[in-house]
Amino acid sequence: MILTIAGRELRSLFLSPLAWSLLAMMQFILAWLFLVQIENFTRLQPRLASMESAPGLTDLIVVPLLGNVAIIALLLVPLLSMRLISEELRSGTFSLLLSAPLSIYQIVLGKYLGLLAMLGVILSMSAVMALSLLAGGELDLGRLAAGLLGLGLVLAAAAAIGLYFSTLSPQPVVAAVGSYGLLLFLWLINLAAGAEGRGSALFAWIAMPTHFDRLLSGLVRSSDLIYFMLCIGISLILATRRLESLRTQP
Amino acid sequence: MEPLIKTEGLYRYYGDHCAVRALGFELYPGEVLGLLGPNGAGKSSTLRMIAGNLAPSAGHIWLNGVKLQTDPIRAKRALGYLPENPPLYPELTVDEYLRYCARLHRISGAAVDEAVSVAKSRCGLDEVGRRLIGNLSKGYQQRAGIAQAIVHDPMVVVLDEPTVGLDPIQIREIRSLICNLGHERGVILSTHILPEVQATCSRVLILHRGEQAYTASLKQDACQSGSSLLVRLARPPELAAIAAMPGIRSADQLAQGQYRLHLDETSPSASSLAEQLVMAGWGVEELVPERPGLEQIFVRITSGEQGG
Repeated sequence: MILTIAGRELRSLFLSPLAWSLLAMMQFILAWLFLVQIENFTRLQPRLASMESAPGLTDLIVVPLLGNVAIIALLLVPLLSMRLISEELRSGTFSLLLSAPLSIYQIVLGKYLGLLAMLGVILSMSAVMALSLLAGGELDLGRLAAGLLGLGLVLAAAAAIGLYFSTLSPQPVVAAVGSYGLLLFLWLINLAAGAEGRGSALFAWIAMPTHFDRLLSGLVRSSDLIYFMLCIGISLILATRRLESLRTQP
Repeated sequence: MEPLIKTEGLYRYYGDHCAVRALGFELYPGEVLGLLGPNGAGKSSTLRMIAGNLAPSAGHIWLNGVKLQTDPIRAKRALGYLPENPPLYPELTVDEYLRYCARLHRISGAAVDEAVSVAKSRCGLDEVGRRLIGNLSKGYQQRAGIAQAIVHDPMVVVLDEPTVGLDPIQIREIRSLICNLGHERGVILSTHILPEVQATCSRVLILHRGEQAYTASLKQDACQSGSSLLVRLARPPELAAIAAMPGIRSADQLAQGQYRLHLDETSPSASSLAEQLVMAGWGVEELVPERPGLEQIFVRITSGEQGG
């Protein structure tokens, strides 16, 4: 059941030009940034050779690349997630799901998995780009894996938040604005902490980059994983509750 | 016999406005129930509640013996629902769409193609299976919506204004489809078109301001007592000669050559009456069975209260 919904979601995403144009645009910008990083690396290489324990390819190219993917993806995910449910609410197709023998959580999970599959494409595209460096050098594969895990979790959390906002309004644009707001807030909240110098532990914990940066640096801590799981879990539960309450409200 | 749909004390409020009030009815296998009412009478709200799209403010609903509020997933297995706006994905082809609907209703992999092709042929969609739904005409889209409601062969079919946007030939096809469905299943449909109820329904329930205002069963037999026939004759005889025919209680002349024949309890079937009229050599040009009452009842119920 869940997979049926996910499959149709993915199919509809790829039947619209939106997914293709977003992927193409994303790939173009990433390729540009990737080439700039390589250019910098080759310029620095003579100096790096003389350094002891110099930063390698992974530090100088892969980590900045994944960081860039995360920021661009934060701009893309609301565009992909906004129509997940609001479009169905607006066009009336949601009643097809409501009158089918499905529970609401199956609908929510199906939609979520469909979007995750799409984001998986973005993740694997950036992974392939990073792995292409293996042709001419060596990579810290463990650190790459941790970075990809972090990126995957950021994408998954953003998708869950986008899914929740998509249940709030039958207007996709309103859903997109809402998820942009929350995602940017989560991304920037620790700026306040940074300005004070010592920073609030709470703000730092709420901020997504705190956790993402640790994963990018190769540090996989369960507390960071729990943070992302909480983001996903809370968003999906809220989405389920919201859709359940739709039947009782006018 | 277990009713397919049973509702009890159904209420639905939108804010202070009460859209459905104390509605209770039952639908048995082999019945086609027509919900009739003016706009805003609560027809769609009632059907949406039965289809599990809207939670009732109070009251209970059973589908095929399973209570919808406590075991919705099992109850909905017996349900096929066509909402007011057909729930279509314009970017899918008809085949893809129906396959998706079949899977949503838990038809297993091997049976999906079979179910889809049966639903397509029942709704006259065979030729458009590979076309995008968004490119189809309104009539075909409506038919795709109906196909979606019957693809999993449900026991209860709920149709909200099924013939909207169809041309007269399609309307006839859909009506005969509904009659076929009604043979062993239960169909409930809403409409504000009176002839539609008379053509398809075995029972009618008139809603007015959310309340059940009238319910009656409509016999398919044209010659039930108290009904009448409209005839047009090329060579009309004296009025008294017509009124004297067996089974006719009285006859009125409506215009030159046009008569309304009121039948009595002993009246024979419509076909034998037609035979008699032909044998008499009056040149029958038209013979239309008329079910009086419904229209008058409808008008009285829906307009009478508005005046007072």
